[in-house]
Amino acid sequence: MAKHRGRGIASINYPIGMNLGGDPSQALVHSNPSGKFTVSLSSIDLGQGMKSVTRQICAETLGVPVEDVYVDTADSDTGPHCMGSFASRGTHRVGNAVMAAAKEARGVMMEAAAEELEVNAADLETDGRGNIHVKGAPHRSISTKDVAIAAQFKQGKTISGRGIFLVPLSEVNPETGEMSPATCYAHACLVAEVEVDDETGEVAMVRMDSAYELGRALNPRLVEQQLVGGAWMGISHALFETPEPYYPDPTHGPRDFVEYLMPGPGDTCPHDIAVLERPAADGPFGAKGPGEMCANPVLPAVANAIFNAVGVRMDELPITPEKVLRAIKAQGGARPQARR
Amino acid sequence: MLELRKDIFADERDDNLKEIGKGTQRQDMLGHVTGTSTYFDDHKLQGMLHLKVLRSPHAHARLRRIDTMEAERSPGVRRIIRGADVPRNLNTLLSLINFGKDDEPSLAVDKVRYKGEPIVAIVADSPREAYEAMAKVRVDYEPLPAVFDVEEALKPGALVVNETYPKNTFIYHDVYDHQKLRFGDVERGFAEADHVLEQRYQMSPIEHAPTETNGSIAAPDTNGRYVVYTSTQALFFSLDTCAKILDVPSNTFHFIGGTVGGGFGGKVDTLTEPLAILGAMLTGRPVRYQLGREEEMQFGSPRGAERIYIKDGVMRDGRIVARKIRAYFDSGAYTRLSSYAVVKCVAHLPGPYTIPNVHGDVYCVFTNRTPATAMRGFGVTAMDFALECQMDKLAHLVGIDPMEFRILNAYRDGDMKAHRREAKNTALIECAQVAAEKAKWPLREEVKRMSSRKDGGGSRAAISPTPIEPAPQRAAVSQQRTTYDRAPPAPIHEPPPPAPPPPPRPQSPSHGATRFSSVFGTRRR
Amino acid sequence: MTKTPLQFRHNGRDVAVFVDGGVNLLVALRELIGDMTPKFGCGQGGCGACSVLIDGELHLSCLTLAEAVNGRAVETLDGLKDGPNLHPLQRAFMEQFAAQCGYCTPGMLMAAKSLLDRNPSPSRAEVIEAISGNICRCTGYEPIINAVLAAASSGRARA
Repeated sequence: MAKHRGRGIASINYPIGMNLGGDPSQALVHSNPSGKFTVSLSSIDLGQGMKSVTRQICAETLGVPVEDVYVDTADSDTGPHCMGSFASRGTHRVGNAVMAAAKEARGVMMEAAAEELEVNAADLETDGRGNIHVKGAPHRSISTKDVAIAAQFKQGKTISGRGIFLVPLSEVNPETGEMSPATCYAHACLVAEVEVDDETGEVAMVRMDSAYELGRALNPRLVEQQLVGGAWMGISHALFETPEPYYPDPTHGPRDFVEYLMPGPGDTCPHDIAVLERPAADGPFGAKGPGEMCANPVLPAVANAIFNAVGVRMDELPITPEKVLRAIKAQGGARPQARR
Repeated sequence: MLELRKDIFADERDDNLKEIGKGTQRQDMLGHVTGTSTYFDDHKLQGMLHLKVLRSPHAHARLRRIDTMEAERSPGVRRIIRGADVPRNLNTLLSLINFGKDDEPSLAVDKVRYKGEPIVAIVADSPREAYEAMAKVRVDYEPLPAVFDVEEALKPGALVVNETYPKNTFIYHDVYDHQKLRFGDVERGFAEADHVLEQRYQMSPIEHAPTETNGSIAAPDTNGRYVVYTSTQALFFSLDTCAKILDVPSNTFHFIGGTVGGGFGGKVDTLTEPLAILGAMLTGRPVRYQLGREEEMQFGSPRGAERIYIKDGVMRDGRIVARKIRAYFDSGAYTRLSSYAVVKCVAHLPGPYTIPNVHGDVYCVFTNRTPATAMRGFGVTAMDFALECQMDKLAHLVGIDPMEFRILNAYRDGDMKAHRREAKNTALIECAQVAAEKAKWPLREEVKRMSSRKDGGGSRAAISPTPIEPAPQRAAVSQQRTTYDRAPPAPIHEPPPPAPPPPPRPQSPSHGATRFSSVFGTRRR
Repeated sequence: MTKTPLQFRHNGRDVAVFVDGGVNLLVALRELIGDMTPKFGCGQGGCGACSVLIDGELHLSCLTLAEAVNGRAVETLDGLKDGPNLHPLQRAFMEQFAAQCGYCTPGMLMAAKSLLDRNPSPSRAEVIEAISGNICRCTGYEPIINAVLAAASSGRARA
């Protein structure tokens, strides 16, 4: 009786946005008379960081500091239509809508600034710190605050913008399945190392190494949150979770958090992550979406690592100690494969 | 620990950005650490009532009689809601995109089709009084046999789970009980292959288990409208679903949400809003309907289970030449979103690899269990598990390092994917190379030099001759059209006219709920 | 229903309410006092989202009868700040990005405070032990563990 270590891998891709498209999102951006901006959405932040990532997209597009932008989510009276927060569509679809709205608002802001500075708007640029100046002549400058005051009280202009993003709906061919499911894909490869106890069937995570390609990490801290939390969920799906432990037999199901198993804070492992950025042609600043795909490679990588450790193929999830033990027994004992 | 590999694909990026790429603090973080972030349940309204639902203890049963007499007289009870009180007591979520038939009641009327199906809603002054009244509702059940296995459900003579779909499968394109994928000729591929490997995989159902359970509070507002605080993941999806079920114009509702205690796909189904609003309509008071943990765990829709069969043909040199997949999505008793997951899954085949012959048949199957729904990785997570376990076995079979085996077969820019679109912006090879480097997984030099941007396209962009089975006659009237559309059924046996006229526009629904788009509906000739 | 008078200290202030028999402390805090910081996650003691301190000790408010805190002191996340100043744990949670949806955060912070109050220099294993009754579905726990350790070391730096 012993503990055996093994490594397994998996590589995956994941489509961004609702399958087949046809899932629009809208955004409204407007400035108050002090040059501070509000983004109005009906999109949902369920922890993934919708408010934060659209805030950065808006600030970058307007050319103002992020502190000058706040995002208001999910009020059906003030926020225009959004399909919802699912299908890894938030960053891509809502981000693009916010970008379009911010571009339109920026256009008005630059026109208003041009009128104040008595130059052509095409000759102006933003410094990202709250000022607009003539290209090559930073001293000929006006603050976004003064532009907003002038627009509101002198010029009678609204510094505001509307944005929508829609990937047109694709048909599906009934005979061949020909379709346009998505415009871009995120990618990942993950190596998992596990330790299998051939006496108890328990599988412990040892470490994970991974690479995720996400188009653009708009905010690396938010990306890290998703990837670390998503990998945890992957471990959970692989080794712990099920509402029907003997599926398709519906009995013996857990009823609450006491009976429904998930890894606790002591069941995690070190995870070394690399993020690659190959910008998507239609992503906001090239961004795709990390939210869903981050869990997916963990499940098969863990199963493959178990094979490497003890020589049994676990083709049914979750891989409980009971299943591992039965498989080892059926095989006549652990058969560690070549270490890699 | 996270490392940004700016050196890779640097020539495709402009990194001269100010706010993008910064690890700026989350806008909502201060609210989270001070407990001031406002979730749906953090609204305390004057005179709020509480709604609880009586659920079926049987997986399949006829409802002979529902007697609420004694419950009506129970202390604190304000209203008991039954199926007949729901204006449109039949819905399917994706009717908003014109996909699928209405098949699920808000409250069961004649039959229950899964354990936990709502039958009666009780609105009372306190949760406790609602529970006490619930114990006094008498339901006379006639238990029926149930089916729990997807392949059993498809056998001839299997009991019918959901009469809307009498063959226990969702119907695609009016004619097929599954969605097909046909790309090249897998049988020829198997004949040429050095090895053929066929395997079966089984994904478990999964509970989303957000720390905040599903819930909503609906209250009469000024101007005859209703304000609804909700945990939904999709504000307008939920709003329009309620407008349909309650048969009122969509601007009757002012939905407020957006700060949600986790979802992972489990808060799309609009489980609580219609009954909470109906309770508010019938009592004139604010009504709160929040799932308890046990309700959430057992009867909140889970990620559905999937059973997957994969048959692969592989050459000694490691090239996969044919991949045939048959998969069954366990939708539970009603459609919800599983029908759509099937199409997404078909689009995902054969995984991120270039394989010249691919054949897929994916079924959405009805069984007598809690209806499944979307979850993180919708339509893909289980298939990725199956595909990547299979890839490991194939590599083992031909004696090639599993990382190199993946890189060898990885799709590249310019390759043709099985859904007949050119692969672009691919990066699987680079991910594998970097993960190998991080994990100190040895790769041969020539494999390290491979690139997603090199050696794709050409013969890899070709579509091999694809045998197509004869299409069956379209038997049914366009099935995706729902009563919700109120549109005249489109003619279906006419040959296509040379210059097709624009599709008939559906009449405006009286209640004003908006269909968002039309996936299969309006393009039908 | 008969109501019972109940008086206790809530984050340093005396409060008095009447409660129904059998009402738990979570409901009393949220619905009678109006303190929405403790969260309902399960009502069964399985998730820790409703964690509060009673006389300095960590308790699950959903499993505590409201009447049981009569004459005692209850602390919630609403009382963690010192006026406008964040508690070191709150600052550390922010710096470590230790919240996503934020729903488990109030309970996590109270569990962490309970640990640091009795053990200002915990080991990683002790932090894991201290938060193991609290479920987080978003973060994978790692940032939370790191935040508690960081708050502990910032506390030591000041001492």
